[in-house]
Amino acid sequence: MSADVQLDNVWVKFGDFVAVRDASLTIQGGEFFSFLGPSGCGKTTLLRAISGFQHPSTGRILIGGKDMFGIGPNRRPTALIFQNLALFPLMTVWQNISFALEVKGMDKRARRKKADELLELVALPGQGDKMVTELSGGQKQRVAVARALCAEPEVLLLDEPLSALDLKLRQHMRTELRAIQQRAGITFIYITHDQGEALTMSDRVAVMRQGVVDQIGDGTTVYDHPETAFVASFVGENNSFTGTVTEITDGLAYVQTECGLMRSRTSSAAPLRKGDDAVVFVRPESIHFCGDDTRRDENGLVATLAHQEFEGHFWHLALKTESGHDIRMSVMNDGRSEVHEIGASVSVGFSTQGAIALAPGELAAD
Amino acid sequence: MRNWLRTFLARNGIGLSVYLLGAVALWVIVMIILPQLFMLDFSFRNNWQQIDPSRMGGPDDVYTMVNYHFLAFGSPNNPDPFNVVDVTVFFRTIVAAICVTLFDLALCYPIAYYLAQVARGGKARLLVLALIIPFWVNELLRAFAFRILFGEEGTINAILMGIGILSDPIDFVREDVALYAGLGYAYILLMIFPIYNVIESLDKNQIEAARDLGSSWWRIHRRVVIPFAKPGITSGCTMVFMLSAGALAAPQILGGPSSLWFTQIIYQWFNTGSNWPRGSAYAIVLMLTCVLLVLILMKLFKVKIGEIGR
Repeated sequence: MSADVQLDNVWVKFGDFVAVRDASLTIQGGEFFSFLGPSGCGKTTLLRAISGFQHPSTGRILIGGKDMFGIGPNRRPTALIFQNLALFPLMTVWQNISFALEVKGMDKRARRKKADELLELVALPGQGDKMVTELSGGQKQRVAVARALCAEPEVLLLDEPLSALDLKLRQHMRTELRAIQQRAGITFIYITHDQGEALTMSDRVAVMRQGVVDQIGDGTTVYDHPETAFVASFVGENNSFTGTVTEITDGLAYVQTECGLMRSRTSSAAPLRKGDDAVVFVRPESIHFCGDDTRRDENGLVATLAHQEFEGHFWHLALKTESGHDIRMSVMNDGRSEVHEIGASVSVGFSTQGAIALAPGELAAD
Repeated sequence: MRNWLRTFLARNGIGLSVYLLGAVALWVIVMIILPQLFMLDFSFRNNWQQIDPSRMGGPDDVYTMVNYHFLAFGSPNNPDPFNVVDVTVFFRTIVAAICVTLFDLALCYPIAYYLAQVARGGKARLLVLALIIPFWVNELLRAFAFRILFGEEGTINAILMGIGILSDPIDFVREDVALYAGLGYAYILLMIFPIYNVIESLDKNQIEAARDLGSSWWRIHRRVVIPFAKPGITSGCTMVFMLSAGALAAPQILGGPSSLWFTQIIYQWFNTGSNWPRGSAYAIVLMLTCVLLVLILMKLFKVKIGEIGR
C-alpha cells in the first residue's frame, strides 16, 4: 500500500522564525521524492510535520487523501528513519525490527518470523539475534529501514539517513534504498543536503531554500533546467556571470557581463526581458578548450590557468579571466584533452545551450 | 601494578602522588574498613555485664555469639519462642524502608523524566532549585516542620477540617503517615538525580522513534525509557532504601508512640543501654540484610555494580 502526500499551503513558524513558508505540493503514491536543500532550509521541519511530530502553524497535510490534523505520529501511516537511526540499543536486532508489531500485540513467534523476512529483504539474513551495537554502520542502516518497513507504513520518511556512512557505502546504500523502495512499492520521502543522493535515487526532487520550495522536478530537470539562481547554484556546480539582458531573440538571451557578451538559453518558467538584470550560469563540464576557432554559436573567453586538480576521471581546473573572474572547468580525462601549464593563457568556450540566464537571486553558499 | 605506580608517579610528580595516594588510603582505611572491622569485632564481644571489666582483654575475653542470640531469642527468661519485639521491629523497618523506596520511585521517576526530557532551560533550572532549596534547612528542623504539618492540631488537619472533608482530626503522627512522608521527602533528591542523569543521556530520537512506530506513552516508558534508566533507578532505590532503613532522626521525631524503628533500638543499646557489643551486633545484622537485599535487587534487574556508580 502506498499513499500520496499532499501539502496545502503549509506554514511552520517557531515564534518569529518561519521554518516552512507556504509549501504546496503533491507527492504521488509509490514515488521516491526528495527534499534537497542546505542545512536550515526547513526540510527536516517539513518532514517532521508530515510524520506528525510538528504541527503546521497553518495549512493542511493530507496522506492518502485524509487530513492528518490532530493525528499523532503513532497513528499516522508513516514511518520515520532518523538521521542517527535511533535504534533501540537494549534490544536485539529482531526486537528492534519487530517493535511496531509488538506494539500491535502480535505474539512473539509471528514477530520473529516477520523480522526474519525483513532481514532477508534488507540483505541481512541470520543477524536477528545480534545486539544493535554489534553491527557496522551500513548494517545498522539496513536494520533501521527494516524496522520502519515492519510498521507497514504507506509512506516512509527518511531524514538524511546516509550522512554518517563513508562514501563507498553511501553510494552502495543509494542503490540499495532505491531497490528496496521499488520492492516495497511504497512512497519514500527523502531529506538530504547531498544533491548526488537526491539526483540518483529520486523520481522527483524539491529544492528548498529558507523554508521555500524553489523548484520541483525530476533530476535532469532540476539539474539542466533550473528555474532560480539558487537552484542553479545549489544543484551541482555552476559558474555565474552577472550582467544585463540586452536582447531576447528566439528564446536566447544576450547578456552583457563583465566577461563580455554571452548568449544563453533562458528558462520558460522564469522569463527575462530586455533590460533586466540577469545571471548566466555555466556548468564546469560545459566549458571546453577551443583553441583559436570559437564556433559561431559559442561563447568564447580567454583566461589564465590558475590551478588544477586531478580527480581521476576528471581534471578540475580553476581559471581567471582578465577581469579577475574565477571560472571552474572540468575536463574529462580521456587522453584527448589539451594539457596546459599553470599560468598559461587558454581559450575556452561554451555553447548557448550549455548556459542558462536566470533572474538574479540568492546563491547557494560554496 | 608497578608499572601503574610508575606512570602515576611520572604523571603527578612525587608530592601530588603521595598526597593523592595518602588521601585515598586514609579514606578507605580509616573511614570504610576500620569502623566496620571494629563494629564486627565488637559484635562478638561480651559486655561488662557479662564479663568483669578487670578481665577484659584477658584470656577469658573470648568471642561469643551472645549478642546475635539475644537479637533472635531475647533474654533467657523470655517466654516467647523468639525475641518478638526486636525481630518484629527489624522486619517492620525493612518493609517500611522498601515502601518508602517504592513511594519515592513512583514520585521521582516522573519528575526526573520531566526534568531530563521535557522541561527546557530556565524552567528546568527553576524546578531543580525548588527541589534543592528545602534541603538547605537542617534535617532535624525539616522533621519538626513535618510534625507541625501532620500533627493533630497541624496545618493539614486544619485545612481538611476547614474545607469540611474531615469532621475530626486524624493523628497522622500516630498513624505513621508523618514518618513515611518525612522519610520519603528526606531522600527525594537521591532518587531524582541518578534517574535524571541517566534519562538525560537518552537520545530524544529513541522516544520519538518508539512513538512513530505506534507506541503509546506507557509502552515508550516500559520498553525504551525505563530499561535505559535502570542503572539510575537501581542506584536511586539503593540509596533511598539504605538511608531510610538506617535513618534515626526522622523516626525519632516523626514516629508514632507505638512505632519503633530498628535504628532506634540500636541507638538505645549504644546509648541508654550502654551495651556497645549488642548495638554493634544489631547494626551488623541491619547492614548485612540491607546489602543482601540490594544485591538481590541488582541480580533481579540485571544491573552490574559498575553501572550504578555512573
